[in-house]
Amino acid sequence: MKLLTHNMLTSHVKGVVKGYPLVIKATEVKVNELEFNAQFVSRMIPKLEWSALIQAAEWLGQSQDLPSTLIPNYEKDEDFLRKVHRILLEVEVIEGCLQCPESGREFPISKGVPNMLLDEGE
Amino acid sequence: MALHSGRACCRQYLLHLAHDNVDFRLPEIKALLSLRNQSFDTSETFIEKSPFWQLNGLSEDDIRSVMSRTVCGKSAFELWGHGRTTDELRRSLLAYPAESMAPYLQQNSTYKINVYTFNKTLEFKDRINKIDALDFLPFEGKVNLKDPEHIFCLLEDYGSDPNDIPEDPFHLYFGRWIADGQRELIRSHSVKKRHFIGNTSMDAGLSFIMANHARVKADDLVYDPFVGTGSLLVACSHFGAYVCGTDIDYNTIHGIGKASRKDQKWRGPDENIRANLRQYGNESLYVDVMVSDASKAVWRKNPLFDGIITDPPYGIRESTRRTGSNKDIIKPPEDFSGDNHVPVSMAYHLSDIFADLLNFAAHHLVLGGRLVYWLPIYRPEYCEEMVPLHPCLTLISNCEQTLSSHTSRRLITMEKTKEPEDSDTLVHLADPRFTSYHGHNSFREKYFSGLTKKNGSKATPRNED
Repeated sequence: MKLLTHNMLTSHVKGVVKGYPLVIKATEVKVNELEFNAQFVSRMIPKLEWSALIQAAEWLGQSQDLPSTLIPNYEKDEDFLRKVHRILLEVEVIEGCLQCPESGREFPISKGVPNMLLDEGE
Repeated sequence: MALHSGRACCRQYLLHLAHDNVDFRLPEIKALLSLRNQSFDTSETFIEKSPFWQLNGLSEDDIRSVMSRTVCGKSAFELWGHGRTTDELRRSLLAYPAESMAPYLQQNSTYKINVYTFNKTLEFKDRINKIDALDFLPFEGKVNLKDPEHIFCLLEDYGSDPNDIPEDPFHLYFGRWIADGQRELIRSHSVKKRHFIGNTSMDAGLSFIMANHARVKADDLVYDPFVGTGSLLVACSHFGAYVCGTDIDYNTIHGIGKASRKDQKWRGPDENIRANLRQYGNESLYVDVMVSDASKAVWRKNPLFDGIITDPPYGIRESTRRTGSNKDIIKPPEDFSGDNHVPVSMAYHLSDIFADLLNFAAHHLVLGGRLVYWLPIYRPEYCEEMVPLHPCLTLISNCEQTLSSHTSRRLITMEKTKEPEDSDTLVHLADPRFTSYHGHNSFREKYFSGLTKKNGSKATPRNED
């Protein structure tokens, strides 16, 4: 699971009011080098919950010294975009789980794939 | 490109289209033109079913852009002349400005002339005669059949009835070849050669058509909520989009369990969607896949996706299910990995699938983003009013692919044209347009009832999971 996906996911446990962001409990994290794509990162940044992204990167020890608030004119700052590219697309949680911040329900991540299914009645 | 003058607007182009998936061609070409902010402007005599379309008001760059993506279009030509008879063609060619022809007829250039006939096969000597008859054009260059700089083509349309082929063509066209379309993708991306496939993997040609109808482009983020083995993501990533998908089936997402190939019993290691993207060199565009239920709100409610493109399960070759408990319980999928709880699946009514899908698209697409999906149809009962609508989504196209005498599926393309407000929920349960999809698997029952009648024997459908 990449942090781009994590940024877009929310808990859907019944009755939960504040299910975002899901807490990441990782037991295996991998970094896959990818070709840098400034255009895609610039397009994604306005769609991101920035503080959730920084928090997720910190949980995985990958914060890259990124600021806790989004900088202005980031489109022109290649160094900044490269760091965002890294935490959005290159850092992957392979094993672990996502935890609903309110109910504590855990969603396992296995072989890089989160399982978001809930049991009947949950 | 330096050769082209600024009078591009006066030029006409001829598009030669493949004669399959006929219903899908016009929406594809229109979608690709709209990516260039161009509209489809054609001749007064335009016939959609014809293999030859004239396009007006475009530049050569527009045409090249369309041809770099289309799987419906075979080739494009700069149209120099056309007519209903050889005489008309000749007069039309003589009226074409000499200075527009001149750059391609230079003495030091090489060229060849092809003859293409639709619905008729010509003998070699007839082709040569037809080429010789064009010698009134001022060709100055040298003929080179192997590697010419310029290729010209005489195209003749003998109608579409193979049982009534006329002596002379209905229409003749002559032009300079510009580019071929992407028909080759149908072969190169065939599911026969795909690393990871399933029973319902989408045909390569249709996958690319869907990606084109959705106007998927580089650096988009595209999502498939019923991802299966990811055929649609393969097509979208080919056009440079980042892709993600979800499926309720744990085994499919993890690529474990029974293989779909005839000569293979179990899926091998690394049979998954990521490996499929890797096969075509697009692994860098893989975002994620997840095990998730399309009826549940796992995505943050914001406009996240540039496109949503999907083939929902209709219960014909795969069961429709979602998590939850219900008296009408379908056997839960066998869990080959053994260590995860598999929630009980229950029937997912088609009416709910489409209502959920449209509502999801209304909230999660960016403005201008497109939803492309298949709607199964029981043909004797179909009317246009049955296509689900949403106040935030504008219907762009609706194309039929016939499956049998009584069933078909329709490729529906919708564009998000407005952000949803509280009043914009789809009141689907009360809406009469959904009645034909009500009841668990009612479409499935009709589908198989027709088959039974046709075969004169009792069909015994099976859930293949």
